[in-house]
Amino acid sequence: MKRRSFIKNTSLATGMALVPNFLKAFDDLVPNLNTHRNLVVIHLKGGNDGLNTIIPVNNDIYYNARPKIAIKQRETIRLNDDLGFNKNLMPLKKLYDQGYLSIINNVGYPNPSRSHFVSSDIWQTASDHSNILDSGWIGRYLDKYGKKPYNAIQIDDDLDLALRGERRNGIATRNAKQLYRSLQESDFNTILSYHDHSHHHEHNLGYLYQTMIDAKSSAKYLYETALDSNLSDSYPKASTLSNQLKVVGQFIKSGLDTNIYYTSLGGFDTHANQVGRQDKLLKNYAEAVEAFVKDLRKNNKFRNTLILTFSEFGRRVKQNYSNGTDHGAANNVFVIGESLKKSGLYNSLSSLNDLDDNGDLKYEIDFRTVYATVLSKWLNADDRIVLNQDFEKLNFI
Amino acid sequence: MTYKEVQHLYWRAGFGLKPKELQYLVSFSKEALVNDLFQKSKDIVPLQKDLSYLKAFPEERLKRDADLRRQLNQRNTEETKILNTIWFKRLEKTPRVLRERMTLFWANHFVCRDMATNHILKYNTTLRTHALGNFRDFVKAISKEASMIKYLNLSQNRKNSPNENFARELLELFTLGEGNYLEKDIKECARAFTGYHFKFNGDFRLIKNRHDNDIKQFFGKEGNFDGDDIIDMILEQKQCAQYICEKVYSYFVNSTINKGHVSEMVDIFYGEYDIEKLMRYVFNSDWFYNKENIGTKIKSPIDLIVGIQRMVPVYFTKNEELFRLQTLLDQFLFNPPNVAGWKGGKSWITTNSLMLRIKLPSMILEKESYSYQYRGNLKNLRIVSVKNKYQEKLTVYVDWKAYKKSVKKVPLEMLKDTLILCEVNRGTANYIKRFGRRPSRKNLVNLMSLPEYQMC
Repeated sequence: MKRRSFIKNTSLATGMALVPNFLKAFDDLVPNLNTHRNLVVIHLKGGNDGLNTIIPVNNDIYYNARPKIAIKQRETIRLNDDLGFNKNLMPLKKLYDQGYLSIINNVGYPNPSRSHFVSSDIWQTASDHSNILDSGWIGRYLDKYGKKPYNAIQIDDDLDLALRGERRNGIATRNAKQLYRSLQESDFNTILSYHDHSHHHEHNLGYLYQTMIDAKSSAKYLYETALDSNLSDSYPKASTLSNQLKVVGQFIKSGLDTNIYYTSLGGFDTHANQVGRQDKLLKNYAEAVEAFVKDLRKNNKFRNTLILTFSEFGRRVKQNYSNGTDHGAANNVFVIGESLKKSGLYNSLSSLNDLDDNGDLKYEIDFRTVYATVLSKWLNADDRIVLNQDFEKLNFI
Repeated sequence: MTYKEVQHLYWRAGFGLKPKELQYLVSFSKEALVNDLFQKSKDIVPLQKDLSYLKAFPEERLKRDADLRRQLNQRNTEETKILNTIWFKRLEKTPRVLRERMTLFWANHFVCRDMATNHILKYNTTLRTHALGNFRDFVKAISKEASMIKYLNLSQNRKNSPNENFARELLELFTLGEGNYLEKDIKECARAFTGYHFKFNGDFRLIKNRHDNDIKQFFGKEGNFDGDDIIDMILEQKQCAQYICEKVYSYFVNSTINKGHVSEMVDIFYGEYDIEKLMRYVFNSDWFYNKENIGTKIKSPIDLIVGIQRMVPVYFTKNEELFRLQTLLDQFLFNPPNVAGWKGGKSWITTNSLMLRIKLPSMILEKESYSYQYRGNLKNLRIVSVKNKYQEKLTVYVDWKAYKKSVKKVPLEMLKDTLILCEVNRGTANYIKRFGRRPSRKNLVNLMSLPEYQMC
């Protein structure tokens, strides 16, 4: 019998109060290292232009549709005969060559929304466009499998819908100390110290107090468990994503009992003068990921970690009059990890001949099949419970 | 009536009372208080917004000039934000609290978003006009609003190429609730609303050659129905009254539905669909004042901010700061998240939003520093640790003089009963005891910083 299940069974049989305190503390601090796996999600916010990220270098339709902003073949890093990486993605090309990157093309959903808000909600809740759920897919994972709020952490100040469940929420924090400090700076601790915790509240007020208690315990857990010595200084400076991944690296190396980390990089809504802006963002993204992978590999944690990058939609094939692109539909998704079953190109880019009524790429792979795959094959969760539907599983892991 | 009961009525029907208002009103009977709430809300006063900037954007030129259209969109974005501050001021100052509360409720029922300032203002006026009126007229008016016609794609709903967006939400969100109709009903319903359009000024216009004049089958009947016919047929279903009464009950009384209470409400509401009559029944019923309904609702961000402002007058000297607070707390007036509106209740609460809510009174009233950071669009604006270099203080003006006057000779105990409606457990009660007896600024902020103040 495994240590954790032993404790669980004992506590079920005898009541948690009888489990010695040192055992409880031990249980909180050390997740099972053999089976512990991390999923790191990166949301490129604003709608990244997938066609200028992975470029169809031999496609006349692409070049004709984008006279001012198409990326010339010789400015790309060739991937195969038809596709090339944006030149700022050299670090990704290296991962690609090592078999650590899988590029899934044409990911989207039926009847796509072009609203950032709606489409982000659809991705975060894993919903149909016609019926957008109130809870996030990671939140529902926590509802079913989470024990502590810090089992899923967003490296941010506020919690995205993705991490809000029906009953449980993840935790949002910028670093290991932020929650702890913010608690010191408000009346939070004083209020909690006086509050009579044995008193049973009406459920809404009870929820507020429970949230406060969760915040306090998570704050303490993070403060004590995440070691500063695990903060690597080899990450590029001055990039929000790089700072977030640095903290994720610290948390993973410190052995936090967290399965899912959520991060983001904003600014991809390139309606005007796209090229320079997107270049800079892609460079930030690639360099941050490169440093992160290096950090994990050095510490033998890369094998336990899977990195999933998505954007709420791609952009229109045809450029607009401001040398930018408008909101589109299907887009590529990147999966990075050491033990990919199918690395490289998972599927080929949809035909630019066969666009939808808006002139956008048609989706071929429902994004929820990507979630279902990650949930079942990586996190060993029952994806049907989390996604409320039975989606096909893909073969990238 | 007890203090608690009066304050409960005023929180659910309005935005709470000050201690002395409470002391005064407590001597009246329930019927008198309820009557007074309706009496005071009789008048319909639209929000007042200067729209003269629109003169620079004549219809004919907009048709031809894409650049001008873009300029108008940009201008409207700014003007709609100004409209947001105007509604806020109204919420804080109005004596017609019930109509305002009802308007907020309906704005989250007939959810709509539109950047065209003149259209969304007109929409808001329709909401407040019918807020206590007849639900039948209300639904018909909403279906003909320019903002709604745009928001749910009615203008793309044409004979032979119907767009079902509005028809679906009409049945699912506005009248019957999910599962009380078939997909076929949606299709037939959409056909009846074909050709709906609007004029430049926002008035309704039916484009006859886009309207489907053929026979439709809806809820077992056959005929050449138009949109209004369909609405009448929907309202014949008792389920419509049931659905609306459940929604009213969960917003005004308790999110846990009591079937018996709701069925009493349905008996009052079904047929006539008189909203005022329904609300009078709710506020006059004994069960409205049951213990399980008092102080058990989590305040919305708007409730929280307006509640503080109504206790101590606060003037936002910079509009940006009011926007920032709404964004940070996740409720921005005129900018609902989606057609289902704000979910309310527990969904307002996350670790970070709760920390912010608890800190909010000291941020506003003591101008305690807080920090924030812009990242991309407004939606991404978030609070960050106070020890961060982006630290900032609100520049609001707080009228402490008015507060002092309003709590003259009011003991702290009375202030506590005014601010906190829910049960206070022994530990927290001991904490409050340490405050002393004076309703000082510090004690006001301390009371408002309790999780119990989040409840109404």
